[in-house]
Amino acid sequence: MTISDKELEQIAYLARIGIDKSSFPGLKEKLSDILEMVNELNKIDTDEVSPMSHPLDISQPLRPDQVTEGNQRAALQKHSPLTKAGLFLVPKVIDKED
Amino acid sequence: MSELYKLSIKEKLKGLTDKTFSSLDLTSSYFERIKEFDSTLNSYITLTKDLALEKAKESDQRYNSNENLPLDGVPIAHKDIFCTKDTLTTCGSKMLNNFVPPYSSTVVEKLDQAGLIMLGKTNMDEFAMGSSNETSFYGGVKNPWNKECVPGGSSGGSAACVAAGLASSATATDTGGSIRQPAALCGLTGIKPTYGRVSRYGMIAFASSLDQGGVLSKSSEDAAYILNYMSGKDSKDSTCLDVEVPNFLNSLEDKLDGTKIGIPKQFLSRNLPNYIEKNMEETKRELEKLGAEFYEVDLPNVELSLPIYYILAPAECSANLSRYDGVKFGYRCENPLNLDDLYLRTREEGFGDEVKRRILIGTYALSAGFYDAYYLKAQKCRKLVANDFKEAFKKVDLIFSPTTPDVAFRSGEKLDDPLEMYLQDIFTIPANLAGLPAISFPSGFHNELPIGMQLISNKLDESKLLNSCHQFQKITDFHKKWPSL
Repeated sequence: MTISDKELEQIAYLARIGIDKSSFPGLKEKLSDILEMVNELNKIDTDEVSPMSHPLDISQPLRPDQVTEGNQRAALQKHSPLTKAGLFLVPKVIDKED
Repeated sequence: MSELYKLSIKEKLKGLTDKTFSSLDLTSSYFERIKEFDSTLNSYITLTKDLALEKAKESDQRYNSNENLPLDGVPIAHKDIFCTKDTLTTCGSKMLNNFVPPYSSTVVEKLDQAGLIMLGKTNMDEFAMGSSNETSFYGGVKNPWNKECVPGGSSGGSAACVAAGLASSATATDTGGSIRQPAALCGLTGIKPTYGRVSRYGMIAFASSLDQGGVLSKSSEDAAYILNYMSGKDSKDSTCLDVEVPNFLNSLEDKLDGTKIGIPKQFLSRNLPNYIEKNMEETKRELEKLGAEFYEVDLPNVELSLPIYYILAPAECSANLSRYDGVKFGYRCENPLNLDDLYLRTREEGFGDEVKRRILIGTYALSAGFYDAYYLKAQKCRKLVANDFKEAFKKVDLIFSPTTPDVAFRSGEKLDDPLEMYLQDIFTIPANLAGLPAISFPSGFHNELPIGMQLISNKLDESKLLNSCHQFQKITDFHKKWPSL
């Protein structure tokens, strides 16, 4: 099981992680080793098995819909890299029309 | 008063109640030791000395007016994965190098309410991903028993600080072995409770269906004291179980007569070093002396645990760690060109190599066309492992194995070989997959490095684990040894 350059590029973009081209060979090798190890599972017949998404066989409990914490915008935005007038700032996402 | 750190929690509480020493004496003595030894060990990321000394004085006042809380004045360290209001919480990552949470985790709040005093936040593998504490942005942690060796991970800072007498006990978390493996490598008692026993609210998420908080202590009795106040229902975590929490101290003295302990034949067939096999045999004999009976049990699918884990944990981590985008909190790259560049560079610069690898594997396993082949397949295999345990617990009360395949290894030895590092958790991962409680306890030494053995019980039977270890610790003294620093 080996990962191609193109696949690695796709996954990295899906995960929004920038990766320097120079680290591609080493990274591909390590990821391929891991995939080879997990491919062991393909040998197991699981046709009749239901998937287990969670260790507890319980249904989601409900609690009363009450406000426990009021507006904490200022306190929460204190930790943001960049805010203005109560808004989180990111680089411009809409290009100017020419 | 130079050796207060050697006292058990029970003895500390007695000393505080009898006013042999004050909480200020006790807390200060820990900071003196931290100052002397932690520049080498690097077990703490953040120290909260001023806050701790203030809290210690408040505790002393409560003792003076006989209004003391159940664990009042005993110093504890918190793994830096637990959010602490107004105190830096990094999760061992550059990504959270500036994160001061606006709230505290339920675990920290509960232990605070029980009167414990936080000394600081302990070092850990970045986002709890690692078995050697070498992936931390804040540098590796040294094993107090041999400073050329790793303390294990991911709760390596918590383990090293308790083993070195730089905290009474420490909170920790376990997704695939992160409490038990460092417990084994540092000669401590470490318990991972049943999934859902301890609230995950405010515990920074890695793999949400596997993560569970617990404690690292010198002894089973110390662990019981802490776990009593960590556990229990929490309306802020919908997966936290609404079941009664027994007083774990009450069953410590129960006899082990007739306790049935299973040894999985799959674990026996592993090629273990002879000193680990010999120690297993010796530990078994001690437990037999206490009245336990041993049987061979069959866990036919347990060998699948490692591949299952390395699909499910990365898949869940890739989703959980998508929140670190450089917008609302945490690290942001300099001068982003556009929004995509902001995300890509923030995550490239903010995460370390192991975290990136796991996010990439998880993203791959969850991507279109691969979901059924990897993620769904692993969930089905997880069910097989859980069913194996269900069957085994019809025949036995506990399952016994070594905690790790070997004693502590040298720093740097496995860092470049992820698969070799992953094998560290071969005996611990199965309990996480099945959501079962498990404990690691010190059982001997090899070349002056601790060996740890593991017991796994059925769901919600932490009492039996703590009881069995306590009984073992009454007839052995491995847990009473201290490393020379």
